Amino acid sequence: MFGMIAELAKGMGITLKHFFQPPVTTQYPEVKRPVRNRFKGRHELKRYDNGLERCIGCSLCAAACPADAIFVEAAENTDDERYSPGERFARVYEINMLRCIFCGYCEDACPTQAIVLEHNYELSFYDRQSAIYTKDMLIVDVPVNGRPTPQVVEPGVFTKAIPMMENPE
Amino acid sequence: MSDLITLTIDGVEVSVAKGTRIADAAKRIGNDIPVFCHHPKLEPVGMCRMCLVEVGLPVRDRATGALLTNADGSPQLNFGRGLQTACTIQVSEGMVVRTATEPVLEARKSVIEFLLTSHPLDCPICDKGGECPLQNLTMAHGVGQSRMHFGDKLKLDKHVPLGDLIYLDRERCIQCARCIRFQEEVVDDPVIRFHNRGRSLEIVTLSDPGFDSVWSGNTTDICPVGALTTADFRFGARPWELTPVASICPHCPVGCNTTMSTRREAMANGRTVIKRIMPRQNEAVNEIWICDKGRFVHHFADHANRLTQPLIRQNGKLVETSWGEALDFVAGKLQIDAHMVAGLAGARLSNEDLFAFQRLFRDGLKSQNIDLAKRRLAGGDVAAQVGLSSGSNLKDLGKGDAILVVASDLHDEAPVWWLRVKQAAERGATLVVANARATRLDAFAAFSLHYEAGQALATVNQLVSMAKVETDTAVTNDIVSAAEALFKAENLVIFYGSEGLAYDETDALAKLLGNLLLIENGHKHAGRVNNGLVPVWPHNNTQGAWDMGVHPAYAPGYKPVKEAGLDATAVYAAVANGDLKALYIAGADPVGDGLMPDRGKLDFLVVQELFLTDTAVLADVVLPAQSWAEREGTFTTGERRVQRYYPAIPVVGQSRPDWQILAQIGERVGLGKPAFAASLTFKDVARIVPQYKGMDYRTLAQVEKQWPDVGGEDLYYGGNAYENRSGLGQQWPVTAEKSAVAHFDVPTVKTGRKDGLQMMWTAVLYAPGTLVDCSDVIAPRKAQPVAALHGTDAARLAVADGDWVEVMVNGTAVQVTVRVDDRAPVGLVLVAGVPWWPGTAVADLKKIVAAALAVN
Ligand code: SF4
Ligand code: SF4
Ligand code: SF4
Ligand code: SF4
Ligand code: FES
Repeated sequence: MFGMIAELAKGMGITLKHFFQPPVTTQYPEVKRPVRNRFKGRHELKRYDNGLERCIGCSLCAAACPADAIFVEAAENTDDERYSPGERFARVYEINMLRCIFCGYCEDACPTQAIVLEHNYELSFYDRQSAIYTKDMLIVDVPVNGRPTPQVVEPGVFTKAIPMMENPE
Repeated sequence: MSDLITLTIDGVEVSVAKGTRIADAAKRIGNDIPVFCHHPKLEPVGMCRMCLVEVGLPVRDRATGALLTNADGSPQLNFGRGLQTACTIQVSEGMVVRTATEPVLEARKSVIEFLLTSHPLDCPICDKGGECPLQNLTMAHGVGQSRMHFGDKLKLDKHVPLGDLIYLDRERCIQCARCIRFQEEVVDDPVIRFHNRGRSLEIVTLSDPGFDSVWSGNTTDICPVGALTTADFRFGARPWELTPVASICPHCPVGCNTTMSTRREAMANGRTVIKRIMPRQNEAVNEIWICDKGRFVHHFADHANRLTQPLIRQNGKLVETSWGEALDFVAGKLQIDAHMVAGLAGARLSNEDLFAFQRLFRDGLKSQNIDLAKRRLAGGDVAAQVGLSSGSNLKDLGKGDAILVVASDLHDEAPVWWLRVKQAAERGATLVVANARATRLDAFAAFSLHYEAGQALATVNQLVSMAKVETDTAVTNDIVSAAEALFKAENLVIFYGSEGLAYDETDALAKLLGNLLLIENGHKHAGRVNNGLVPVWPHNNTQGAWDMGVHPAYAPGYKPVKEAGLDATAVYAAVANGDLKALYIAGADPVGDGLMPDRGKLDFLVVQELFLTDTAVLADVVLPAQSWAEREGTFTTGERRVQRYYPAIPVVGQSRPDWQILAQIGERVGLGKPAFAASLTFKDVARIVPQYKGMDYRTLAQVEKQWPDVGGEDLYYGGNAYENRSGLGQQWPVTAEKSAVAHFDVPTVKTGRKDGLQMMWTAVLYAPGTLVDCSDVIAPRKAQPVAALHGTDAARLAVADGDWVEVMVNGTAVQVTVRVDDRAPVGLVLVAGVPWWPGTAVADLKKIVAAALAVN
């Protein structure tokens, strides 16, 4: 009996202790907590420094995606209308954020590190259609010294779709 | 084949035909010896060294020739000093092959590593990636680590158009020469070649326009890497994203089995579209090849101009209406005096459509006035009796057999038949070609009989009567020798077409040739496997139209009707003079084809079509039909093989399948409820047409294992033809297989030819027309209107190469360019790329002097 009261007082004590501690509730959305570096949030399609898109429309991300969330449609680059290095670029690139489980497999599969899961987690929609993020929404802004795509480029410069691999030792 | 040879591969015994290469023999027992340059349809070259194996041969005593044995009684083997190429070495009795030893595996590693020294490794953007033998074999046999510096790789052009249709990526080519060998050996179009040697070796085209071959697409299939891509599919999709749908090519009577690879596309507003068409293996029809028409001319199915809604004429204009209204209206208008109504169909429709068509007219409207809109070739009734026997395969023809080709240019009318006839001739079959002009088949013919225009029947008659009697050996000319060859042949297959012939002439021709097959010569040809007559029909399903009784004199199954109706020619005349009041046209464009000038004195014209054709704009009601890609059905090839195709893309607009439209009109004229599905209509066909007895959609879908095995899941023929999983079709037996057939009475034909310089219509593969016009990729190859004539004729008419002249085609003046070509016979102008006309006509060439040219 006595023991029971002691336990109760101990419990209440903890409650009382927390009562005088500062609150941990974050006033989202006014206040946002930073996420961890490895956090997997909304995807971004990256660009090279010159503004060319990294994505070459290879669909490997779509193939790797366990949720079948990605849709890619490719087309051919020309030097007068160049989106990405090499011959192929993504004419259509869509991710259905309702399907995505943020596993990051797409990022792993990408041969050019074009698709990266960044730190934005604020994904909410009023209808299914707006859950489909198009290429315009996913692609990052053109870097300061770069040019927007499509670019007119010198022929014969951007022939390699995939950045050079590391040479063997 | 009794020449079986038994060898042992990795401890497994296998017996294969003499002459088989080790690599192919191993494939039979599921041992995939990796190959790159080898392809079972090509002669071996041993260029890539991927297939190295250890080959041991039994040792014989030099003196006695007896096999030597080891102490334990096993045969002594001599494995030689090195590895040997499994793709070049023919099997021999007692041979022992080892494919999994250390040196073999080591050799494979080295070859892969060597091939990759300068491969760009751009699999992520390569169209072959995912079905690429180089990828697959690297994964299976490669080392996984490169020792090469990437900077040392060659940088070569990645965008080399070999022609309008095929692009070369020089970096990706592994120099296996499959493409070059295919063009040279298989299709005799040696238009591409290796140039330079070693690391500067590249593939170049020798022709102008580049890669000028109707087979070019096949090289992209057999290329073991992504070095060759088609303009149509380039960067179109990754192979694993495609849904394969079995289909049948709708362009010519060969009936090549194809696979349509489809995919949903954002650019097409989320519709599923056909991304590419590839061959589907059917060793009895097209093996693993298709021509470029079959591959590239499919865009019409999804074209923006497709009709999407029924149209009805109101106040002189065609306006959209509902199906119910349109069908009620049509049914009401057709129910008039049966003599006043007629129906004309196109031979592109399926068997189900054509059956429903004749049923509507015969049973519903009690009218026998039905026919094909274009009467180009007769003889379906003859072929039903003495046609190519069931179970035949042109691949089985060879030494001792003969093939006769009359009045047809197979290369442009039915490309794959051309290929198979050519190959039979190369295997030793005696090929006899009879035509008014030289064709590409002449090069392979033992005898080319070139008759004068109008002399086709006389020539064939001579041939037949000479084959009938043991020929007098004293007279030898080509006809005599040709007749003798045909007479002696073990098997005889005859192709006949309509080049330069009027309809009545083709009828007589078919009967003459039928008689040739009926000649008793110890063995009669008609009715035996690998013997018989093959009409080179103008369309893919003309055979089916005959079978289904779309003919004024034959009900389904070639049952003669009591009182024959009007044929197409009579219908056009009756349209003009007012004897006909209502005309129903399904899948044909007689106005556009120049067969019918206008709607004449018709009260009512219905057109059922894909597009608003020249005929459709004149109609009172236009009913939108579905293309073959959106629906299922069956076509019957010229070899009488009934084959099934499947729906690949969603329906365009409100269009309906032809059979359904016809059955729904039938319902309104008292024919009862329409069938729910094409398969049920086909059940009716099988019930009523005796030749189709026992067939249904399930039996047509049956498959069996085919050799060579190239389309499967295996590593090294990936991306070749598709494996056939959806049906090999069924060839229906002709009368001669079951009972005796009487000789045909050959009618005498009065042609009424006028003297003078003649002109003849010739077929070209990419003839302009609704279907070809919709395909942008093929546009540069589209046939232009030309008149080819011999130098002497040109000199006499004072026209030169490149001049424009006007000729009269079916009563309309058509402008064509002149090509002076001494391959054209003297006295005969060959006109191509214009609407067809029957027989030959007097060539009245009027030179057009362009105003600009007249100045200087
Ligand atoms: S994160 Fe995972 S689920 Fe989401 S798109 Fe990428 S692969 Fe698909
Ligand atoms: S994001 Fe990467 S993996 Fe996906 S299509 Fe683009 S390049 Fe390929
Ligand atoms: S293009 Fe293809 S088929 Fe032709 S040689 Fe090169 S790798 Fe072989
Ligand atoms: S040969 Fe005839 S059936 Fe075969 S692909 Fe060409 S057009 Fe089609
Ligand atoms: S050498 Fe045998 S497959 Fe190339």
